[in-house]
Amino acid sequence: MSQQYQRYYVPAQSPWPIVGAVALFMIAVGAGNYVISLPEGGGYGGYLLLAGVAVLIYMLVGWFRNVIDESMSGMYSGQMDRSFKQGMAWFIFSEVMFFAAFFGALFYTRMIAIPWLGGASNNLMTNEVLWPTFEAVWPLLTTPDGTTTEAMGWQGLPLYNTIILVISSVTLHIAHTGLEQEKRKQLTAWLGLTILLGIGFLTLQVEEYIHAYREMGLMLNSGVYGNTFFLLTGFHGLHVTLGTVMLIVMFFRVLKGHFTPQNHFAFQASSWYWHFVDVVWLCLFVFVYVL
Amino acid sequence: MPWNLTPGVTDISEQVYSLHMTIFYICCVIALIVFGIMLYSLIYHRKSKGAKPANFHESTKVEIAWTVVPFLILIGMAVPATSTLIAMEDPSESALTIQVTGSQWKWHYKYFGHDIEFYSLLSTPTDQIRNQQEKSDNYLLEVDKPLVLPTNRKVRFLMTSDDVIHSWWVPAFAVKKDANPGFINEAWTKVNEPGTYRGQCAELCGKDHGFMPVVVEVLPEEEFDQWLVAQQQAATDAAAAEQASLEQQMTMAEAMALGESVYIGRCAACHQPNGMGLAGVFPAINGSAIAAGDVTEHIDVVVNGRGGTAMQAFGAQLSLRELAAVVTYQRNAWDNNTGEVIQTTEVDAVMQGEQ
Amino acid sequence: MNSIVNDAKTEAAEPLLDSSDHGEHDHHEQPATGIKRWLYTTNHKEIGSLYLWFSFIMFLVGGAMAMVIRAELFQPGLQLVDPHFFNQMTTVHGLIMVFGAVMPAFTGLANWMIPLMIGAPDMALPRMNNWSFWILPFAFAMLLGSLFMEGGGPAFGWTFYAPLSTTYSGDSTALFVFSVHIMGISSIMGAINVVVTIMNLRAPGMTWMKLPLFVWTWLITAFLLIAVMPVLAGAVTMILTDKFFGTSFFDAAGGGDPVMFQHIFWFFGHPEVYIMILPAFGIISAIVPAFSRKRLFGYASMVYATASIAGLSFLVWAHHMFTTGMPVAAELFFMYCTMLISVPTGVKVFNWVATMWRGSISFEAPMLFALAFIVLFTIGGLSGLMLAITPVDFQYHDTYFVVAHFHYVLVTGAIFSIMAGAYYWLPKWTGHMYSETLAKWHFWCSLVSVNVLFFPMHFLGLAGMPRRIPDYALQFADVNQVVSIGGFAFGLSQLIFLALVIKCVRGGKKAEAKVWDGAEGLEWTVPSPAPLHTFSTPPVVK
Ligand code: HEA
Ligand code: HEA
Ligand code: CUA
Ligand SMILES: [Cu+2]
Repeated sequence: MSQQYQRYYVPAQSPWPIVGAVALFMIAVGAGNYVISLPEGGGYGGYLLLAGVAVLIYMLVGWFRNVIDESMSGMYSGQMDRSFKQGMAWFIFSEVMFFAAFFGALFYTRMIAIPWLGGASNNLMTNEVLWPTFEAVWPLLTTPDGTTTEAMGWQGLPLYNTIILVISSVTLHIAHTGLEQEKRKQLTAWLGLTILLGIGFLTLQVEEYIHAYREMGLMLNSGVYGNTFFLLTGFHGLHVTLGTVMLIVMFFRVLKGHFTPQNHFAFQASSWYWHFVDVVWLCLFVFVYVL
Repeated sequence: MPWNLTPGVTDISEQVYSLHMTIFYICCVIALIVFGIMLYSLIYHRKSKGAKPANFHESTKVEIAWTVVPFLILIGMAVPATSTLIAMEDPSESALTIQVTGSQWKWHYKYFGHDIEFYSLLSTPTDQIRNQQEKSDNYLLEVDKPLVLPTNRKVRFLMTSDDVIHSWWVPAFAVKKDANPGFINEAWTKVNEPGTYRGQCAELCGKDHGFMPVVVEVLPEEEFDQWLVAQQQAATDAAAAEQASLEQQMTMAEAMALGESVYIGRCAACHQPNGMGLAGVFPAINGSAIAAGDVTEHIDVVVNGRGGTAMQAFGAQLSLRELAAVVTYQRNAWDNNTGEVIQTTEVDAVMQGEQ
Repeated sequence: MNSIVNDAKTEAAEPLLDSSDHGEHDHHEQPATGIKRWLYTTNHKEIGSLYLWFSFIMFLVGGAMAMVIRAELFQPGLQLVDPHFFNQMTTVHGLIMVFGAVMPAFTGLANWMIPLMIGAPDMALPRMNNWSFWILPFAFAMLLGSLFMEGGGPAFGWTFYAPLSTTYSGDSTALFVFSVHIMGISSIMGAINVVVTIMNLRAPGMTWMKLPLFVWTWLITAFLLIAVMPVLAGAVTMILTDKFFGTSFFDAAGGGDPVMFQHIFWFFGHPEVYIMILPAFGIISAIVPAFSRKRLFGYASMVYATASIAGLSFLVWAHHMFTTGMPVAAELFFMYCTMLISVPTGVKVFNWVATMWRGSISFEAPMLFALAFIVLFTIGGLSGLMLAITPVDFQYHDTYFVVAHFHYVLVTGAIFSIMAGAYYWLPKWTGHMYSETLAKWHFWCSLVSVNVLFFPMHFLGLAGMPRRIPDYALQFADVNQVVSIGGFAFGLSQLIFLALVIKCVRGGKKAEAKVWDGAEGLEWTVPSPAPLHTFSTPPVVK
């Protein structure tokens, strides 16, 4: 127990947070401006947005370098490690809730909005008076205003992607075991493989999107089916991208000889994140593709 | 101003009123007890009076009591609330069905099975709102054409909207129901006493949300039936007048006069009386490309609206003469001077081309 | 809770900005001073002060907007502003007060007090703490800046219901959306910091059931924040895509539903209102015992009540949507759940009253505000209960009755509790006693004017005055005039507080370590002003 109350390391002043704040501001103003001037081709917002992202990356690199240095020079205690871990866990919980909002939208449209437009519950007149020809089915291939599209089946690319992601979770776990058992070779090899699988997933997803847009006429604005499809898979894809970047950083740190079996919070955090992304995909696969 | 809810003029509104009073009295009693005990402590257990603090700081018995007792009080409230609610939400077996459609910023009423429909707009003059004229008694609560209902018949309302969410509210009936675009909500009422009842839109619906009153005139049953007949006659006459107007030519002066009054009534809320619009929100008409360009396109915008924007379709709201006049006005008012007089036949052509 | 052995005392006596040795290793450089000190800081007390000042400025800005609203409503007719601008004022007033004033104020108090209360050297993640704060001013600069855009800022109410906020809104909606994203990121990071600090940095012996209630309530609040702020982010994201990228989440024509927006928003929104009141309960639970000189009655039940309120808060959201046309079964479910919340809240009120019962009560400024809180919050809670009764809510909904309800719980609830907390801890922060005369003036002026301001709103609502309107029927004129006068008076009264705080920071009678004779807790074991670094070695709580 006494171990738990070592001196807690309180970092000295740091310029990174304010740099990060400015970066976020640039991103937000840039994105806002970009979106507003989309009809005219984007305006200056896009550049501001990219500049903001660049500053953000600069900040992250600097900030993490400080943290890594501190960690490597042994300033942190087990207690600090716990703080990091708990912080990461709560962050992932917040991400879960972010996805929950979109899953909520999916369930609501499927189970309430569309049936009601079709006259269910207390909405008989909605269908009779406003949308007499509308038929409530899911996937919603013909919207009430008559836009049509095609549904993405779960066979083929989505199924391959599911298999890829599930395997990648396993490979990452093997890498992690390698780290814990001081088997460096196992660690590097399986971590590298995981990264490749991540990239493979992303490539296939891009292919899927191209197929959807070019051949199926399934687009972001194809009624709620397209809306939920692209926002859910799209945000998931962004998270996979982020996760892959994290794993790549871990890969280089592993090559540099960072991490010990006892002390590898960053690796663990990335791995949690990867597993979380995997679980989200499984939900997606079931609710967006299969059912 | 009444300082409380009023019992209203329907059985439901009376039930709601008495439910309100019951809950209110219960709350008062709870407040009196809690504040009374607190006040007693504040007076008698003051340090300045030499009060010494006691030592107790928990008591399971008391704590259970003040968990259970409020719970029982709540059950007492929930029972009448439940039965009133269930009664309110049952629109079945109605004698008359009226579709109520909100749009920015007016109400549209359509009597099912009677071929009667009309818009109901605020009739308070702008000068009163701008404080340039004495305000009338029913300031902001008056319309050009009120909804007319019979007494003693169950009337079902189908609420919907053309644009944003509005909410149709008449306090005296205890009916408030949101009008959601793309969906229909049902509500009903059965009024016991004839009279004029006033309410307002009760959901923020944009700039003129505060200027969207509901006025209902309730007539005794026979009078209502006569009114229905008269309205149907009027509808037939209006259709004939539309047909006749196709034969008539308007002069510039005629068209401008009629056009101005239509413009002020329908267009000025957004495009402003001076035609300048509101920068970034509503486009200007003065000097606009459309008002100077192709006539057919101009008529099309007015008649069919612009999807995805706040511009409504006025084709069903105005007569051919009014449509022609207002387009003429827009093309010739302020700095616009195309010199064209639009005729009803041109508008009719655009409307027919639609079908 | 009982006796506290504090071995941090000696070390805590070090001067404020001495960097030579405050228990940190490896300080090669001198810490920055001047403006950079505030930009770079990682110190929970400095960050706490930043949050508090920021929130106070936002309170003044949001208040100024309220003054515009009240001035326009002083008389019937349109006098000062046009309806479009009026809607912007209502909207931004609500947003600023909720996200800019109340939430940052509580976060500021958490930053200052939680480490002191649990015997921690700082927050668990000090650099992230700084980041959480500094993104806020940018977010609000964006929101306020959008008011000056062509077409004006957001004008769809703080609840931004679709499709008013999508198809029918101005361009500035994009800036609104991204600024809400940033506020969300800030709140989530702040909340994560609080949770981790409480879970992980408690001093030896500071067991869960010894935690001061302010810490408990904040722990639960932080959980709510982490759970619902991402949902708000999702909601604004869908608004963005509906408006700018052609999706139809909230448009029936594409298979969506505008009411779905309200479900998502209120799933966030209702827990949000408890986010704004739970820390207040914590503050009151600290002050009432201190000035009654008697232990808090029913500590354990306070904790359970807080947790129940938080749990229930996820099941009641649709009580804001009774008129949207839900099926009866749903209406009944949400009515019952909403009513249930009165039970745990009642437990809290009763516990405070029982704490005062046979205490030895004195009436310093913190206590005065706490007492006003208990009475006025209860009034607001009871009107909330009336709103929960669905069939009657049809009459109250979207009228000034609702406006009265939420200002009672927010202004005389949240804001009064923040005032109470500020008076309670101000001597600890500044090292000086504040002027008791000014404090009394502030209290009595506020108390009277706030009731003149908000109480008559109940009657306006019952008489049928809708909310969010810039102009009204003649019958409402007299009462509105009274309300506006109360509003101006309440606004001016807050300037007394501003003066008092500035005076207190500048100087005044020296405050002792234990400022209030009845106060308990670790924060009173360190000197006043609390030195920059405290508890570098944790105290031992027995
Ligand atoms: C701090 C913020 C806060 C708090 C704490 C509350 C607390 C409560 N609120 Fe309120 N509410 C808001 C902020 C808050 N609210 C806001 C901002 C809005 C409007 C949003 C908008 O539309 O813009 C709103 C709107 C609102 C509505 C929607 C009204 C409408 O739009 O039609 C409803 C309806 O049920 C409601 C109910 C309640 C209830 C039941 C409580 C309960 O938690 C109250 C519980 C407390 C008590 C009951 C008093 C103490 C208890 C006792 C003394 C015990 C004995 C009591 C009994 C047995 C009855 N609130
Ligand atoms: C914590 C939140 C909070 C707080 C503290 C307040 C504080 C106040 N609110 Fe707020 N209010 C909301 C949250 C809050 N409000 C919300 C969420 C809404 C709903 C928005 C919506 O509908 O979307 C709302 C809506 C709302 C309305 C309804 C608008 C409408 O429906 O059209 C009104 C009307 O009177 C109002 C008034 C006031 C007043 C007078 C104060 C006063 O307490 C403010 C006092 C403070 C000051 C005045 C600042 C200090 C003084 C100065 C800066 C000096 C200058 C002073 C003078 C010139 C006198 N508010
Ligand atoms: Cu229509 Cu408000
Ligand atoms: Cu609520």
